[in-house]
Amino acid sequence: MIEVSKKCIGCGKCVPVCPFAAVQMVDRLAVINEACTLCGACVQVCPVKAITINREEASARRDLSSYKGVWVYVELMDVPGGHGKKVRPVTLELLSAGRRLADELGQELCAVLIAEKNHGWEKELGEYGADKVYLSEHPEFFEYNTDIFSTAVIGIINRHKPSVMLYPASIQGRDLAPRVAASIYVGLTADCTALAIRDGLLVQSRPAFGGNIMADILSPTSRPQMATVRPNVMKIDEPRPGRTAIVVREEIKIDKGLRRVKVLERKLAHDKAGTRIDEARVIVSGGRGLKTKEKFRLLEDLSALLGGVVGASRAAVDMGLKDKTHQVGQSGTTVSPKLYLACGISGAVQHIVGMKASDIIVAVNKDPNAPIFNVAGHGVVGDVHEILPKLIDSLKKKGK
Amino acid sequence: MNIVVCVKQVPDSTEVKINPETGHLIRAGVPSIINPYDHAALENALKLKKAYGGRVTVISMGPPQARSVVQLGLALGADEGVLLSDMAFAGSDTWSTSYALAKGIAKIGKTDAIFCGMQAIDGDTAQTGPGIAQQLGIPQVTFCEHVDIEGKNFIARRHIDGGHEIVEARPPVLFTVLVPREFRPRWPSFPEIHGSSKKPYHVWTAEDIGAEKHYLGLKGSPTQVSRIYPPPQRDKAEMFTGSPHEAAEHILAIMRKGQFIGD
Repeated sequence: MIEVSKKCIGCGKCVPVCPFAAVQMVDRLAVINEACTLCGACVQVCPVKAITINREEASARRDLSSYKGVWVYVELMDVPGGHGKKVRPVTLELLSAGRRLADELGQELCAVLIAEKNHGWEKELGEYGADKVYLSEHPEFFEYNTDIFSTAVIGIINRHKPSVMLYPASIQGRDLAPRVAASIYVGLTADCTALAIRDGLLVQSRPAFGGNIMADILSPTSRPQMATVRPNVMKIDEPRPGRTAIVVREEIKIDKGLRRVKVLERKLAHDKAGTRIDEARVIVSGGRGLKTKEKFRLLEDLSALLGGVVGASRAAVDMGLKDKTHQVGQSGTTVSPKLYLACGISGAVQHIVGMKASDIIVAVNKDPNAPIFNVAGHGVVGDVHEILPKLIDSLKKKGK
Repeated sequence: MNIVVCVKQVPDSTEVKINPETGHLIRAGVPSIINPYDHAALENALKLKKAYGGRVTVISMGPPQARSVVQLGLALGADEGVLLSDMAFAGSDTWSTSYALAKGIAKIGKTDAIFCGMQAIDGDTAQTGPGIAQQLGIPQVTFCEHVDIEGKNFIARRHIDGGHEIVEARPPVLFTVLVPREFRPRWPSFPEIHGSSKKPYHVWTAEDIGAEKHYLGLKGSPTQVSRIYPPPQRDKAEMFTGSPHEAAEHILAIMRKGQFIGD
């Protein structure tokens, strides 16, 4: 468990950083009380390394059967134009997937909401399947920060002991989950595309080697069994209007000193309607074949008619046809929309890894041997400059 | 400024296949390389060393042949190399790997920054970097496009979903880096390779780094691979050739079927 050794010099630095008020100074020595959740915040600030957590003993004392419930980490996102925050849609995908797991286990589904202020989000989370919302509000939660959010999540996990915890495999989820896993010595499986229950255990399926193999992963000896789940893979179930979730408030103290990384500037790419490329249901993407900025505007027109967002290959970005924030691929954004329309994109490996998880891929290219046709479900051999205007015309006529 | 760079040796191709009868990975004949993200991390660290001075140590964990990726780091300009190699490490998942690397880095001594690739191309987990940072109790900045120094602090431009942000971090801190857009990996010349053979290089065992064996290897790893199998095959593209008008109609039909547009 957690121990304070004789090395303690009584400096008191560990007292204010404890999010759970579990450290007190007694006779100028740190003493840790039963409110401790083993989050490790004190270990990190101790200048003489006097505080240690014995994880082995901690895990040996774990009674796995006392861990119950399927939890989903709620990711919030900025509403474009500085209009506050909203629940990121991938959270609803996780709730739908989590609901099925919870029903299978006969346990409850809980959402973990870490926010500066809750804006009635428990209603939405409840309608999409959550039985309970663990809510922690604090001014320091105004934006995501690794140290602050991981401290909060670790604390809530240690207090309430879930059996399964799911995070979106987004930048935020992939930043947060491994920190939590490292701290509490539990298994974490990255970027899962399927989840199931077998013999009471969570079976986590994920691609590896660039998608060339699939692996089923288990975490049999530790709880919670944690996974990050790839966005746009799990189907969102119909919400049940009026279904409510119980809110459980979690008091957590956050020391300002925990913010060790500061955000100086942030820039997001939205289309005109404010949809981000990684959230888009439809992406109309263009490559080198579009040749000029004027031609690239055809994609904007088509995308607007379909309610989508414009994407670009690296070649198109390098040619200055589109801003880098719209780049799809290894050095850009990984996307998985329901429809990906690739126009004049040859399909370099770096582009393909960023879009091959899309549901329906339609590719238009002059070259019948273009590699893009190896991942596309539908290939059209032809000139985008001739086909796109016809497509736009037809859609415009239909719109009238 | 002391910088540690974590590198991993990976199979050269992502075209790794499965033997359908045994269900095992076929790695034979696939050459090993430095993970490309780690190569970018190494170059970023060496660039900082060149501009601001300091010392760069390259560390890897793997079988004896993983020495080659550490040697590559030395030949490209790193000052010291460390390979964590011990049968006790075999089969470690991301938890156990980050535990071992954190122990190894702690043994190297005072460190201002740790650079890791964003992920390795064989596992694609992106979990080891943050795991190391947590084990060492230091902050992390993940998915960096570029890291620079300003005064006593680091400034990083990092990728976030749908955009980017610029962040500032005090040392010590761990960075995970992407492959930058204009990245052209350098490969050492023969004199550089030759010269690097005199640089300090250590092989450390689990005992050397004070790692507790029950946290290592297959047994210490909280995750277990229960099965590997080929992914469901995507159907070959249904190809269409016709006049531009016919092609447009064909695409509209696909969109109607998928209910992206009305009938």
